[in-house]
Amino acid sequence: MIRDPAVKAAEIAPELARLGRRGLLRRDLLRRGLSLGSLALLTGCDLSSHSGIDAALWTMLRFDDRVQAALFSDKRLAETYPASAVTKPFRFNAYYPIWQVQPVPPDWRLAVAGRVAERTSWSVARLRALPQQAQITRHICIEGWSQIGQWSGVPLHIFLRRIGADLRARYVAFRCFDGYYTSIDMASALHPQTILALDFNWQPLTPEWGAPVRLRIPVKLGFKSAKSLQSIEVTNRYQGGYWEKQGYNWFSGV
Amino acid sequence: MTRSRNGARAAHPLAVRIMHWVGAAAVITMMLSGWAIYNASPALPFTFPRWATLGGWLGAGIAWHISAMWVLFADGIAYLGYGVFSGHFRRDIRPVGMRALARDVGAALSFRLGHRLGHYNAVQRLLYSGVIASLCVAVATGLSIWKPVQFGWLAGFFGGYPVARGIHLAMMLCIAGFLVVHLALVALFPRTLVSMVAPLEAEDAP
Repeated sequence: MIRDPAVKAAEIAPELARLGRRGLLRRDLLRRGLSLGSLALLTGCDLSSHSGIDAALWTMLRFDDRVQAALFSDKRLAETYPASAVTKPFRFNAYYPIWQVQPVPPDWRLAVAGRVAERTSWSVARLRALPQQAQITRHICIEGWSQIGQWSGVPLHIFLRRIGADLRARYVAFRCFDGYYTSIDMASALHPQTILALDFNWQPLTPEWGAPVRLRIPVKLGFKSAKSLQSIEVTNRYQGGYWEKQGYNWFSGV
Repeated sequence: MTRSRNGARAAHPLAVRIMHWVGAAAVITMMLSGWAIYNASPALPFTFPRWATLGGWLGAGIAWHISAMWVLFADGIAYLGYGVFSGHFRRDIRPVGMRALARDVGAALSFRLGHRLGHYNAVQRLLYSGVIASLCVAVATGLSIWKPVQFGWLAGFFGGYPVARGIHLAMMLCIAGFLVVHLALVALFPRTLVSMVAPLEAEDAP
């Protein structure tokens, strides 16, 4: 009698695709030959294995999170720029190519969850009725490139107070309708320049820039500014994020 | 060739030998992981071969980079403190005049530059002071692009985030250039490698 396999192919398909993209499958290793790079992969020092070296690197990433939290001050502001400094054209970036950008679901509402007093969901009109703040700041990608853009929307600290969030909770977690997710520390969430952006370059957000509402947090690297938000959760449970799970530094403050 | 009999000074004190090899490991780790980071968004019209990078992809490159960072930082602070307070910088590293430099460069290019263990000629002084300065600027620009908001004053000093990133890359190229020359000279004078490992006695001054 043949038992059901413990893991169904469909369940690991996304993981296989991810490994394939990063060239970690056996066929890629063989194609590349036993170069120094593939030797490094085989001995596990790229955060994808359970080797001792990778465990040490993950420990260092956690240590780095604590150092960065200690360095962070909500008194220090990201530099702001004149309108003439805005980068044109602005570079699209996501974990998928631009042709896979998803339209806003017709019944979209921003959900709030976790340690909050008021759990009613939010329409764009309701968000626009809250106090707004505009900023022209530098978006710094973890890859090293950067660009200057203009965003405006609701300061997150105002929104969190408005929904009666527990401001002593450790994390604010963001989920997006394009499958992306990330989370930030409460101190950074309450930073005066952290906003729920509704506009980009003086226009309402369009889908490629994260419509209808996105996080814009200039005191963190770009991948923390989650687009196309679906829900915001105030929580004490560490939830990491799409990139963080693969090895990007969780705190990623700048 | 005569050796000093009663002084018995080591060509390189134990502290310098330890700090040299700890620093060397940290710098090599920083450079190879830096190449993995660079490859994610190359600022120059080339990328480093993946086999030459440490980590193989951006996330792992950063993990290596911010791990080795602490080693380089601690080693660098110790070495700078030692260099200033022991007189090592003043005695051995401080560049000498242009005339001595011209003489030693000329001698080196015609393969007539003598090398005595424990004594630093003008070419060495220029190379070592240059790479120490490059490493200091690399660390300072590195801190400024790691934390351009929290260390905004430092990023501002270097002309802002994109300029600081460019300087950081330029320092890597300087350090890589130093390594090529340094390793070539060690290959020409293999005894210098031994003297950086074992306590060989310093030779008499020329």
